[in-house]
Amino acid sequence: MIASIDIGGRLSMQALQHNWVTNLGILSMVAGGITLLLVLTYFKRWKWLWREWLTSTDPKRIGVMYITVALVMLLRGGIDAVMMRAQQATSVGAHHGFLSSDQFQQVFSAHGTIMIFFVAMGLMFGLINLVVPLQIGARDVAFPFLNATSFWLYFAGGMLVNLSLAVGDFSAAGWLAYPPLSELAYSPGVGVDYWIWGLQIAGVGSLLSGINFVVTILRMRVKGMDLMKMPMFCWSVLGSMSLVIFAFPILTATLTMLALDRTLGMHFFTAGGGGNMMMYVNLIWAWGHPEVYILILPAFGVFSEVVATFSGKPLFGYKSMVWAIWAIVLLSFSVWLHHFFTMGAGADVNAFFGIMTMIIAIPTGVKIFNWLFTMYRGRIRFATPMLWFLGFVFLFTVGGVAGVLLAVPPADFQLHNSLFLVAHFHTMIVSGVLFGYLAGLTYWFPKIFGFKLNERLGKYAFWCWAVGFSLAFIPLYILGLMGATRRLDHYDASMGWQQLFIVAGIGVAIIALGVCFMILQLIVSIKQRAANIDKTGDPWNGRTLEWSTSSPPPHYNFAIAPEVASRDAFWATKQTGAAVNKHPAYESIRLPKNTPLPLAIAGFSFICGFGLIWHMYWLAVLALLATITCVIVRASAQDNDYRLSAKQVEKLETAERGL
Amino acid sequence: MSEVITVASETTQRNDRTVFGFWVYLMTDCVLFASLFATFAVLRGNTFGGPSGAQLFSMPYALTETLLLLASSFTCGLAVLAAQRRRKDWVLILFGLTFLLGLSFLAMELTEFTHLVHEGDSWRRSGFLSAFFTLVGTHGLHITIGLLWMVVMMALVLRRGLNSDNVRKLALLSIFWHFLDLIWIFIFTVVYLLGAIQ
Repeated sequence: MIASIDIGGRLSMQALQHNWVTNLGILSMVAGGITLLLVLTYFKRWKWLWREWLTSTDPKRIGVMYITVALVMLLRGGIDAVMMRAQQATSVGAHHGFLSSDQFQQVFSAHGTIMIFFVAMGLMFGLINLVVPLQIGARDVAFPFLNATSFWLYFAGGMLVNLSLAVGDFSAAGWLAYPPLSELAYSPGVGVDYWIWGLQIAGVGSLLSGINFVVTILRMRVKGMDLMKMPMFCWSVLGSMSLVIFAFPILTATLTMLALDRTLGMHFFTAGGGGNMMMYVNLIWAWGHPEVYILILPAFGVFSEVVATFSGKPLFGYKSMVWAIWAIVLLSFSVWLHHFFTMGAGADVNAFFGIMTMIIAIPTGVKIFNWLFTMYRGRIRFATPMLWFLGFVFLFTVGGVAGVLLAVPPADFQLHNSLFLVAHFHTMIVSGVLFGYLAGLTYWFPKIFGFKLNERLGKYAFWCWAVGFSLAFIPLYILGLMGATRRLDHYDASMGWQQLFIVAGIGVAIIALGVCFMILQLIVSIKQRAANIDKTGDPWNGRTLEWSTSSPPPHYNFAIAPEVASRDAFWATKQTGAAVNKHPAYESIRLPKNTPLPLAIAGFSFICGFGLIWHMYWLAVLALLATITCVIVRASAQDNDYRLSAKQVEKLETAERGL
Repeated sequence: MSEVITVASETTQRNDRTVFGFWVYLMTDCVLFASLFATFAVLRGNTFGGPSGAQLFSMPYALTETLLLLASSFTCGLAVLAAQRRRKDWVLILFGLTFLLGLSFLAMELTEFTHLVHEGDSWRRSGFLSAFFTLVGTHGLHITIGLLWMVVMMALVLRRGLNSDNVRKLALLSIFWHFLDLIWIFIFTVVYLLGAIQ
């Protein structure tokens, strides 16, 4: 009977055969990988990489790794975007562009999946890891082991999605894989399975992070910092992570059901057999709509910090800001149906969800006005983070107004699945989420690395993004109103759309220039780091606790737990001019040891996912058993921490101060 | 002296975090089951010409499963009381009993599943049966994880005795076990009871 076990599953040499566009992508990935390996070997950095990064449980290290992966994925998703714009600008009438229909579908599916799950989520979790413990005066997160596991699961999911480029193909069913198209009958290949297991693995990581940061914020704030004294970024993270807790299990369940349909022949969402495909659409948006607020709330938090710091004023309307966050958190679960008004649920249901959607604009508006009032009569410094904020306020408001328009069901029936919608959500996610996190990266970069990024190149990058974004997406609003639907790989010349598509293409080229400036900015800043060094730990004249420790902070963040008596605690300390205690009473500090287990758990999950995708069930079972073994090893381990004695802390601190 | 106090209060804080985090995790599991319940409720009538719940389910059988699980929850509760009193022998006996009751429940569930598949009423038959197998099966999977956890914990208790770390972990295990009981009560009501009167 053993002979009947199919070792290779669906995998054959055919999976490695591609056309030139894909081969070019694979080639660049392989070349990049080999270069990285060579560089690490040449500089003898393997041990360093293993000890300082791969096995680290320090949230600051994990944050940097999240952001690195997210920025690389941004390039990958960005190339997808360039390909789509190039295709749509040229594939008119007799010309058919350089992508086949099937390739084009894979490209837009990959673009959406990568940008949301592996860029936006990665940047978000990266910044949260870097900033939240510092802002609440904590030395660590609540569950450091779980935190490392979350990161590696995110990484494993991203690698599965990337692997699909080389081995097999990716989903051609859109970023949310609606059935029945995503069912086995219509997508028999491995593409949708790559999508399912990539997201499932990364999604479990996000869920664990959600639990971790809710507990961290609620249980590990430094003495004196009650909730209403927390920095606004922490409030927004608490809101966002609460949404993760309630929304991500729905994604897990939904993806599982789709996987069961595809692998075990179930009938949840199939066209026949008693399935209900609209159940999928409801479930995926019951997760998906909160997901966009999961992404945007921390970006709002970044802007709250940036505006207050660069206006030199406390945030206007702190309490209303907190209430606005929680109003958004609650309302975000009551609007999901606006993604499919055209389902035909009836006028009453559509009217309810339309009105709820419009109501969400109110707390969002409260936040916009609070930021503007914070700037009012402030001493505004136009540093790069502040420019990102100004670009955001302008573009985001435009996108928000378009959103309120889409919330009107009769209008939505006209604009559903048109480029107007595409323009709307890109305005929200690029100028809202991405600008927010880019502002955050520039703002907190000196805290993490000890030197500032080059301001001039940062400003060039911003202007390229702002102008390029407007050129790329304003034409799409117009095209949408002209009737252009999304996901078109070809259209008739008589539609008269080509000029606008070309303008959009130019816009993307300008964004690409902005990306080049960002890369250049990073290189130049590292080269000139001596000139931009930050010895004070407080390069922006900041207000919150993260600026009270050195840059970069020690592993334990704070040798002495900071004291908090009011909001903007560090600002208050600076105002009263409280003297720095030269001989503080240090105490011993407990820190988590490094561990390779999170890496192993994610590695085995990756193999398990690969086995499931290719129907190599023996491999999947083995990898699952290995994952379980890792978890049991960890659960029965003792001595997961080590302790720095008071003397050691004192030694480290005096060395740091150069005394 | 102050060092000792710091360490002790640190440990207390950490345990408090773990317990709180575990409750938050259970909440996420609740949402997972809620999604499956919602799907079951929508697909309940989609029998696609196949059998409905009323034709398939045996009430005495489901009731026996329920009683087994409830009994296991009772012994689990007693085991945690014994753990708090540091009675190692009782902890092992009572968790052993809990394990056997849980295992019998799982065996009954798997017997029911096998029977259905043999009759040609597998998860491939209809949307209703897909939802049934997935909802009940997910609970069964959780029970399996709980049983595995119990084995690991009993091994740890045997090896290291009832130290505070193990007692805390046993308390978390018992919360998990009671939670599964609660989910089962909903399954019993929504799937079996409501299925019978359909």
